[in-house]
Amino acid sequence: MFDWIHLSIPPAPALFAQLLVGLINGAFYALLSLGLAVIFGLLNIINFAHGAQYMLGAFCAWFLLNALGLGYWPALVLAPLIVGVVGIAIERLLLRHIYRLDPLYGLLLTFGLALIIEGIFRQQYGSSGQPYAIPPELRGARNLGFMFLPNYRAWVILTSLAVCLATWFTIERTRLGAYLRAATENPVLVQAFGINVPRMITLTYGAGVALAALAGVMAAPIYQVSPLMGSNIIIVVFAVVVIGGMGSISGAIVSGFTLGLVEGLTKVFYPEASNTVIFVIMALVLLVKPAGFFGQVR
Amino acid sequence: MRLATLFCFGVAAAVATSASAEISGDVVKLGVLNDMSSLYADLSGAGSVEAARMAIADFGGSVNGKKIELISADHQNKPDVGSAIATQWFDNDGVDAIVDVPTSSVALAVQQIARTKGKLFLISGAAASDLTGKACSPTSVHWTYDTVALANGTGGAVVKAGGDTWFFITADYAFGHALERDTARVVEANGGKVLGKVRAPLNTADFSSFLLQAQGSKAKIIGLANAGGDTINSIKQAGEFGIVEGGQKLAGLLVFITDIHSLGLQAAHGLQLTEAFYWDQNDATRAWSKRFFDKIGREPSMVQAGVYGAVTHYLNAIKATNSDDGLTVVKQMKATPINDFMTKNGKIREDGTLVRDMYLFEVKAPAESKGPWDYYKQIAVISGEDAFKLPGPNECPLVKG
Amino acid sequence: MAQSGRSAWIITVVLLPCALAAPFVLYPVFLMEALCFALFACAFNLLIGYVGLLSFGHAAFFGCAAYITAHTVKVWGLPPEFGILAGVGVAALLGAVFGWLGIRRQGIYFAMITLALAQMVYFVALQVPFTGGEDGIQAVPRGRLLGVFGLDNTLTMYYFVLAVFLIGFGVIVRTINSPFGQVIKAIRENEPRATSLGYHADHYKLVVFILSAGLSGLAGSLKSLVFQLASLTDVEWTMSGWVVLMTLVGGLGTVFGPVVGAFFLVAMQHYLAQLGSWVTVVQGIIFVFCVLLFRRGIVGLIASYAEPRREVPAGEKPPELAGAAARET
Repeated sequence: MFDWIHLSIPPAPALFAQLLVGLINGAFYALLSLGLAVIFGLLNIINFAHGAQYMLGAFCAWFLLNALGLGYWPALVLAPLIVGVVGIAIERLLLRHIYRLDPLYGLLLTFGLALIIEGIFRQQYGSSGQPYAIPPELRGARNLGFMFLPNYRAWVILTSLAVCLATWFTIERTRLGAYLRAATENPVLVQAFGINVPRMITLTYGAGVALAALAGVMAAPIYQVSPLMGSNIIIVVFAVVVIGGMGSISGAIVSGFTLGLVEGLTKVFYPEASNTVIFVIMALVLLVKPAGFFGQVR
Repeated sequence: MRLATLFCFGVAAAVATSASAEISGDVVKLGVLNDMSSLYADLSGAGSVEAARMAIADFGGSVNGKKIELISADHQNKPDVGSAIATQWFDNDGVDAIVDVPTSSVALAVQQIARTKGKLFLISGAAASDLTGKACSPTSVHWTYDTVALANGTGGAVVKAGGDTWFFITADYAFGHALERDTARVVEANGGKVLGKVRAPLNTADFSSFLLQAQGSKAKIIGLANAGGDTINSIKQAGEFGIVEGGQKLAGLLVFITDIHSLGLQAAHGLQLTEAFYWDQNDATRAWSKRFFDKIGREPSMVQAGVYGAVTHYLNAIKATNSDDGLTVVKQMKATPINDFMTKNGKIREDGTLVRDMYLFEVKAPAESKGPWDYYKQIAVISGEDAFKLPGPNECPLVKG
Repeated sequence: MAQSGRSAWIITVVLLPCALAAPFVLYPVFLMEALCFALFACAFNLLIGYVGLLSFGHAAFFGCAAYITAHTVKVWGLPPEFGILAGVGVAALLGAVFGWLGIRRQGIYFAMITLALAQMVYFVALQVPFTGGEDGIQAVPRGRLLGVFGLDNTLTMYYFVLAVFLIGFGVIVRTINSPFGQVIKAIRENEPRATSLGYHADHYKLVVFILSAGLSGLAGSLKSLVFQLASLTDVEWTMSGWVVLMTLVGGLGTVFGPVVGAFFLVAMQHYLAQLGSWVTVVQGIIFVFCVLLFRRGIVGLIASYAEPRREVPAGEKPPELAGAAARET
């Protein structure tokens, strides 16, 4: 089991390359866990269907390309919108009824939803996955000296950062965000002020789902568009959110990037464990500070 | 209660031993057991079932007056599920032979059950050479390919063509390790060198870190000792990082045409791989594949073509011996050479391996391809003896004696 | 909510002849599989139904015991009863570790800790050579029970599994209806008050957790002998989800609920096996349905009709899961 720990530290340029790659993955995790953090932070729902919605985003992009000829750039906008609408429908029809219950029922309900969505897509499309090419504008790589950085990966990290910051700003610094946060703490009072709380909740869920779908569209050119892509990644995303603090947007962002880095380093020194190191950290965090780095216990 | 059980057992035993050479239950029943819903559904799945159906129909639907029946099930790539289904089929449903079973861990479990019950196991999908090595069984035939052939094929041919330094990206599970080990042995035996390896967890989505390590090693060949989604992801991402443009070549140690279809030629071109069959090799393969395509809508993989061949050979053996007892039929199958659209002068070895020619293919560039499924150009033929030559003594107890 | 101990025994006695005759009517391996999972679900229900803690890592106990039993019986050649004892012992030990680490947390945090710990167990199972990786430990011999009963005979094996299931089930029923069980219920209803009466809530919860882990291990050990195989499927997180579903469908916090749920889902998996991916969809639909409309589960529903009408408000909540406040929207 330990016979392949790379005790020899790679030369500095190679290490930088690995760190950068880890950071890129971290950006991706941050983007993906952002939606989850928004939904739990503001709605107290553990959205286990997040992985399936991410997959829906990727499939939507593929479908838009193959059936309607719409490429990557329109898909970046359309797919989150379409999947967001699906999310709104889910919230209206199903989630609405269980708000008064323990959040664990929300977890079970969304787990069931994930099974349904995945099962249908698997039945329809098999599991090998569909090809989706990197858009021509983003192909190629740039020579950074210590590595060739694919342009698409650079795009991923920049976009993730931008979206993360925009979301954080909206929730923490704008009036809309203030209404949302107030509605979480005391919906009756906020409703009394004339703000349509149920509609806000619906739209928030839709926004969280749209973020997942956006991550899916961004993933489509680099990972295979396959029905299994959601379930493979969902518990990692969970771990990221838990470590960052289950209610906290900034926590999800910071822990996403950090865990990407940690995972990247593990891939250099002890690659077999790179899938599991996140759970070790999650267990440690839960034992020492269950609220996570940035969160509050609910 | 125990006495009654003992008595029943005694009667059953007496009846069983008195059975002479005859086809049990008046029916020859085949069970196609494979992955119908997950990773390997495309290369086996419903296609294998259809291939078996075609074989039965072409044979006439009955053998020596007894009807041939076919059932199928999904083992979901889990040994528990596979062994539960196999046990039920053999015990309850009167199945005489199980066919296909991709995923070596399931195949090993099913082979064990088939061996204990003296029933036939026609392996088309699984690859592990242990199936005819340490774990070999007298009632099994490993029909289509195994890891030894893949290693000798891709490993041997690539080294001979100049790819003498290797770096492995291996999926961290027993099968991946075995694939890497077999290929490394062949590489070194042919004068090559293994510069390094990295073990990626199974179902890794992002290979960038491992690809960077492979790039850093400066090995001429990057061997992908993985399967399914891991292979597809690593090839796709290798394209992103400019591995092939940088002068290194990728060698897929277990790649099927369905994987190439999934990847697209843009991502996969230049990849070298070994398969036992390609639909566009000659008129005979084209004719059979057209029939398959008309029913399924995809061109057949080697696994599916192998199912057809195995079932046909099996039925011929039953016809010749007028028995469906496992050992008898296998003996007949081993005694008869195989000549069909896929296999020329194939012979089944004592350990159960069907020794057949294998082919080294290279994936075409998008410009070279005339349409969907036109993916391969044939680079070399590896003769059966070369392909299935074992690196050491045969570990199968049947052969060691 | 829970039937009294007496009615549980009555129902068991009534069902016993059916259980004894069943292998002659239905496929025995299917019955044995259902019994193993029924025991697993009952053990899980002990934790969620009576203590109110949802664990997402019970597969770790189930699978660990399966591996240990398989190894001791196959490689060390021990008779099956020792293999089972070894499996249960290790599972209980693991339960003590998990429990000690996790018991101070509640609700979603407890679920996440158990999930994280179970994932680490999965990783170890994947890496360590003795588990055989994805091949698992195959060809596990069933051996001779007490040196006398050859378990290779399916019928004998069935009665053995039935006997062990009844013992495990009996332990659970006895625990629930004992003074110890009363304290547990008190802790779930009002932990601060129970603590003020002098009961160390954490200790009691830990004991129940270890019991639940040990009995899950018993189910796992049995399963490895029934199928003669221990594999990674037994320690995967999807197995943990599977047992949650069984308990939910059958009825959280009821005595027979998990048994009914287990039989229902194992049967469904068998009979729908040829539908391929549709099975996943059906499972998902059942989950959604149960959470929305059917939280009491099958047995809970029957119980509410069977029990004499007490004042039950229309929107009665199912057993409260500990550590979370109900939200008013």
